[in-house]
Amino acid sequence: MVESDHSSKVGARTYSYYPGCSLHGTAAEYDISTQLVCQKLGIELRELEEWVCCGASAAHSTDHLLSLALPAHTLKQAEEKGLPLAVPCAMCFSRLRTTIHEIKNKDTLNLVNSAIGKELGEPVAVESMLQMLADESISLPVTKPLNGLKVACYYGCLLARPPEVVGIDDAENPQTMERLLVRLGAEAIDWGLKTTCCGAGVAFPRLDIVLKLSHRLLSLAQKSGADCVAVACPMCHANLDMYQKDMIAKFGQKTKLPVIYFTQLMGLALGFSPKELLLDKHLTDPLPMLREKELA
Amino acid sequence: MPVQNTIALKPVNDFLLFVQRHTGESITSCYQCGKCSAGCPTAYAMDITPRQIMRGIQLGLKDEVLDSSAIWLCVSCQICTLRCPREIDIAKVIESLRQLSHAEGRTHAQRDMAVLYDTFLQQVHLFGRLHEVGLGMMYNMRSMHVFNNVMRLPSLFSRGKLKLRPEIEGASEVKQIAARVKELERKPS
Repeated sequence: MVESDHSSKVGARTYSYYPGCSLHGTAAEYDISTQLVCQKLGIELRELEEWVCCGASAAHSTDHLLSLALPAHTLKQAEEKGLPLAVPCAMCFSRLRTTIHEIKNKDTLNLVNSAIGKELGEPVAVESMLQMLADESISLPVTKPLNGLKVACYYGCLLARPPEVVGIDDAENPQTMERLLVRLGAEAIDWGLKTTCCGAGVAFPRLDIVLKLSHRLLSLAQKSGADCVAVACPMCHANLDMYQKDMIAKFGQKTKLPVIYFTQLMGLALGFSPKELLLDKHLTDPLPMLREKELA
Repeated sequence: MPVQNTIALKPVNDFLLFVQRHTGESITSCYQCGKCSAGCPTAYAMDITPRQIMRGIQLGLKDEVLDSSAIWLCVSCQICTLRCPREIDIAKVIESLRQLSHAEGRTHAQRDMAVLYDTFLQQVHLFGRLHEVGLGMMYNMRSMHVFNNVMRLPSLFSRGKLKLRPEIEGASEVKQIAARVKELERKPS
């Protein structure tokens, strides 16, 4: 689906695309729904050919230079294409933006250049898929409005912090996703944990932490009347979606709450089927709820 | 650097000086208000709180800080950084402590966290991209939690979520970058 013919004309909304490792693995739903939605909206995504992992928490927790060099390699590839870079994954986005922020320091830049064996020039604009698609100048040809769907918009950490690096509207109470989903006919509920951590990448060694933090989020979203949680991060999605059985066993949570990528909700409103959007791939099945709302 | 026009501790110990130089953050500006600990999602599981980490650095308690489980249970959510009234990037400070703890091999308080990160990077060094299945398998072996998540495999597999073959585009680039990083880090700065 990704356009790879680089000789073709570059439109006003043509981006280089960096899916990141998760979107090529467990978060394929985010990748596919992103590509469908972009195609529908006339946004062309050209996947960088030989992109590498951003290093994620593993790199920045253990090796500072490596944590900058890996994203810098991708930034250099994007620079050579000369197009802004669209990044769906919140972690990749954070690492790329952090790297741009840090190489403003000349000494750091020189070190990073030596590490990647190339000279970084002016970095291209790096945008999160959420910011990109929430742009109100993009018209949304809604064919199936999400009427009656109450959504708890969840940003997690890395789309909201640090504000000077990620460029969010409000670091404690962002409204970007809410405004977008309201334009699609949904109702965005007000709740207090939209930027509180879900437990991030510690599930393997410390599942207890993920269960506690994610359960707290889901319970409040549920108590606040949400039919589902909308996310823009594969890590948040995994934590909130995959372990609900464990949460029921541990905390006696009554019902499950579907966790859906915001691009999947966009896709529904733009007329794609749940199957096209891979809504049947989540561990907490959102289809019964969507059918009840006559959205599937 | 220490904020002027304020009462700040004099940077008197080597550990404090090291952390300040390494991060560029003014640790001495911390006046122990505790907002970092109040907002920290994982503080409940830590042996010392983020506020105590900051105090520990001010007082030069290197062993207490670097051997803590707290620095490995920080998930870099950056709430502390956002809310610090002294504008200290606390998450960055803790991150650099983690790097130091890792470099000095003092990860015993949360050994499995370090094993996870090491295994993750090993996968990236091998393939250029993270192979999730490989990470799970190698983590289980290296951490000796062999059956970790095994019960989840059928439901993940039936949804096509597990890719058995790693993607190897960019593998040679990452190997070169990792080698150069190692070389550069060996040079004294």
